[in-house]
Amino acid sequence: MPKPTQPVSLFALYKLCFVVGLFSFGGGLTAWFHREIVNVRGWMTDDEFFSGYALSQILPGVNSTNMAVYIGQHLRGAIGSTAALLGLLTGPFVIVLAAAAAFHHLVALPGFAAIMGGVAAAAVGMMFRLGITSARGGFRRISSLIVLVATFIAIGIMQWPLLPVLVVLAPLSIAAAWPRKSLPTPSSPKAPGDA
Amino acid sequence: MRDDPLIQLIIVIAPLSLLAIGGASAIYAPLQQQTVDVYQWVSGREYLELFAIARVTPGPGSMLTTLIGWKVAGLLGALVATLALYIPCSVLCFGVARTWNRYRGTKWHTAIENGLRPIGAGLMIAGGVMILRIEGSGWLGWAVAFATVAVMTWRPAAHPMALLAVGAAVFLAVRAIAG
Repeated sequence: MPKPTQPVSLFALYKLCFVVGLFSFGGGLTAWFHREIVNVRGWMTDDEFFSGYALSQILPGVNSTNMAVYIGQHLRGAIGSTAALLGLLTGPFVIVLAAAAAFHHLVALPGFAAIMGGVAAAAVGMMFRLGITSARGGFRRISSLIVLVATFIAIGIMQWPLLPVLVVLAPLSIAAAWPRKSLPTPSSPKAPGDA
Repeated sequence: MRDDPLIQLIIVIAPLSLLAIGGASAIYAPLQQQTVDVYQWVSGREYLELFAIARVTPGPGSMLTTLIGWKVAGLLGALVATLALYIPCSVLCFGVARTWNRYRGTKWHTAIENGLRPIGAGLMIAGGVMILRIEGSGWLGWAVAFATVAVMTWRPAAHPMALLAVGAAVFLAVRAIAG
């Protein structure tokens, strides 16, 4: 995926985050971000996106806004982070206040809960699909697949706390990914000067 | 000055921003303690009501703090509470991201990025499972999620908005039939 030569416009960044934020029921729209940013617009590579996703989960705070800040920083620095964060929060801010004001009418609305549940479930499906894609096509080592499955089992099935799991898995995974001298660098998609 | 409700909101909420390790769900218990027991801004029942509203509306569930700010000091309170929650962790994340991207291209950066990538992918799938569990939609949630996986495999270009709409329609139809 070629890097865009023109810097991404702040308005385009704000608009994308605004739309994604507006539809992020249950917090599962990372897959939409990935589609727009990596596949459609080519603003980031897969590696950049997924390592940013891992960072946004590891750092304290709200995962979805951390991801927006990471994306904004990558594309446009401080002003980009600000635009992405504001974009992501504008819609939900207005809607959550409107919903609180109209709460007692809203819950009485037939089908309201069903629509929210359906949107969340479909968004989860999109996340699963993205996880599968990256497991199948993107990985260059068997160790990556092992780490992916181990992470999923520890957090998703065993529901162990994130921090100890990461303290164990992250160093192992990074050591396994360390470039070896005898082998050509496996991450050839990164052209020299891709700063 | 400590009696100003806006200052109090910041004092209560801003530290939670950096305490939320492993996601925003870590803040709900301390937030409840501060807002219900210590400051008595809302009753326990109101807190649960606001929690439910934040969950069913778009955006992070942590928009609950926005609603608490609104209860305390109206629109300005909502704005202050929102910024108090999202600014500290965003500044930290920005600093880490900038340092991170500055060293792009070095050997250790490549290794860490390649090492973190499968962890990110694993967390993503685990996150999906956790959302389905919290939503409590049972088999229907799983069915719609897996059907979405199938549709995306068959039609990779399908627009996210269309997928979400179909998910909502299926839920509506099934709930209407099942009562």
